[in-house]
Amino acid sequence: MYARQQDPPEADGSATLSTIDTRPSVAARPVGLLVAVVVLAVVLVLGIGFGARFLTPGEVWAGLVDPGSPFYRIVHEMRLPRTLLGLVVGLALGLAGAIMQALTRNPLADPGLLGINAGASAAVASAAAFLGIGTFAGWVWFALAGAAVVTALVYAVGGGRSATPARLALAGAALNAALYSYVSAVMLANTASIEKMRFWTVGSLASADFGTLRQVTPFILAGVLIALAVARPLNALSLGDDAARALGARPGVIRALVIVAVTLLCGAATAACGPIVFVGLLIPHLVRPITGPDLRWLLPYTMVLAPVLLVGADVLGRVLGSPGELQVGVVTAVLGGPLFLYLVRVAK
Amino acid sequence: MITTRPRTVLIGGGALLAMAAVAVLTLGTGDFPIAPGDVVKTLFGQGDAAQAFIVNELRLPRVITAILVGMALAAAGAVFQSVTRNPLGSPDILGITSGAGAAALTVVILGGTSTQLSLAAVAGGIGTALVIQLIGGRRGLHGYRFILIGIGMTAILNGIVGYLLTKGVQMESARAMLWLTGSFDGRGWEEALPLLVVLAVAIPVLVLLCGPGLRMLEMGDDIAAALGVPVKLLRNGSLLLAAAVVAFAAAAAGPVNFVALIAPNIAKRLTRAPGPNLLPSLAIGALLTVGADWLAMHSGYPIPVGVVTGALGGVYLVWLLTTERKAGRI
Repeated sequence: MYARQQDPPEADGSATLSTIDTRPSVAARPVGLLVAVVVLAVVLVLGIGFGARFLTPGEVWAGLVDPGSPFYRIVHEMRLPRTLLGLVVGLALGLAGAIMQALTRNPLADPGLLGINAGASAAVASAAAFLGIGTFAGWVWFALAGAAVVTALVYAVGGGRSATPARLALAGAALNAALYSYVSAVMLANTASIEKMRFWTVGSLASADFGTLRQVTPFILAGVLIALAVARPLNALSLGDDAARALGARPGVIRALVIVAVTLLCGAATAACGPIVFVGLLIPHLVRPITGPDLRWLLPYTMVLAPVLLVGADVLGRVLGSPGELQVGVVTAVLGGPLFLYLVRVAK
Repeated sequence: MITTRPRTVLIGGGALLAMAAVAVLTLGTGDFPIAPGDVVKTLFGQGDAAQAFIVNELRLPRVITAILVGMALAAAGAVFQSVTRNPLGSPDILGITSGAGAAALTVVILGGTSTQLSLAAVAGGIGTALVIQLIGGRRGLHGYRFILIGIGMTAILNGIVGYLLTKGVQMESARAMLWLTGSFDGRGWEEALPLLVVLAVAIPVLVLLCGPGLRMLEMGDDIAAALGVPVKLLRNGSLLLAAAVVAFAAAAAGPVNFVALIAPNIAKRLTRAPGPNLLPSLAIGALLTVGADWLAMHSGYPIPVGVVTGALGGVYLVWLLTTERKAGRI
């Protein structure tokens, strides 16, 4: 059932992907979600615990709630904001990937691969170099504008409703290449901005603080609410425009809302920690065998498990890169890339 | 069996002339401008000592590097597009340029010599080509699978490149960024010479041995095999040779993106001839790099040539996708 839905509308020789035919048992889904939430809790505790000095779960708890604890300051000032930002950004990227895959019927859709993060990066680089803006509060508006322009562009170049996975991926690759040339030109023109941005362009949570978290959350919350609101009509849209209309959905409005949600989610996430690839691709794919294609289950699962990936990758980066760290964007690229290659390889 | 169709000769010759004109313009450009007439005189040994020093010693190596890199990228792009039977199947889309870049960057960060950098770039490029073939080659090299694998490889390699950039101290990172964008600035004979040697071997082999076979391959594997073409050997051999050529070009100037994609496409559109169109592609590739370098010098502040080709290439690719979609080919 899922494999049929994912086929692009026309058979024109381009790559089409299928996955294992899965008919999830109804009872498994709520139980699985509960397990996922527990996993998320464990990863969050690990995210706070890892650092220059490892904190046991007990110490993490004490650091969180007891102002008298010797770990109170380190938890609240450094590790908690970083972990929470990973939670929020991971959720945003995963959700954006899931609704884009549903909208474009493209199993390869990912905000990073399709150039949306690059659009946000290009706008942020311009703001940093030409206007001297160096804070998240200033960057976020530019990031949103850049993400919006590229989302619309990649959808248009890819062929809109008749987009095939290959076409969209190529449109994204084209925009990625052009935009990153621009970003490096801007950075090369200004060595000071290289220093400011070379960590940001990799995708990192290292500079997280509560200020950034407070500013990023409203945008992501708005994106989440829109995404959840369109889950049901987006399900109907997968049956085709006519069927969706018959079910009372309005295809044009749904598409516009999805693009707004993707823009909010990706733009805010990129402004906060730089372009991160593959989170939006990976999680919906891993989750789909459990949930099936129904977005009312797929989206909640993604929202719980995408932060597991991002916070987990951040912890892994700190372990592997110690005494320094491996940026989270590097870890997701190296983990997610092989899965992407596998998906392409098993395609029909 | 070299094509001697008048149209092909005309296009190739026209591109070479245009390239020569832009090269003369470039040679006269700089802090000490020289009129085009004087540049030509100097090249033929008739200029005064100051002009001879500036043109022949300071500016000529850069222009020669640009010409060689353009030819190398175009030749490789033509072979790749012919073998993958896809106008988008160029070495930069397939991640081979990124592979060369990641390997060379490792050497920059570790503080290696420029010889080590070149060797690493070559190894990285050829290694990436082998990996792509290993992952995608099982069911044939054409079609979109191959290109999607390239996009995935590029994403992984870019992650690694980003990490390497954060590892270096600031000066090294600036140098590495410059190298990664592709630039002819300060390139001299020591960069141009290895590339010249490789091209002197590779281009005759590609034109004389692979060209006719690849033209037959475009009619289909079975027909080509019936005509006596060793299909598998030809494909793997020409791809590997082309990957080596790209890697040497990247070693000389850094990854100058999109020339390998655009030059053969333009050649094909203009000559309307089947096959890889190697010779006209070479001329157009050289015109593109020399022209992009001239644009880079005149853009207000000194930007590397790779930024110009990257921006032009992105726009071109968007246009290509749109027209190919409307023609129903993708």
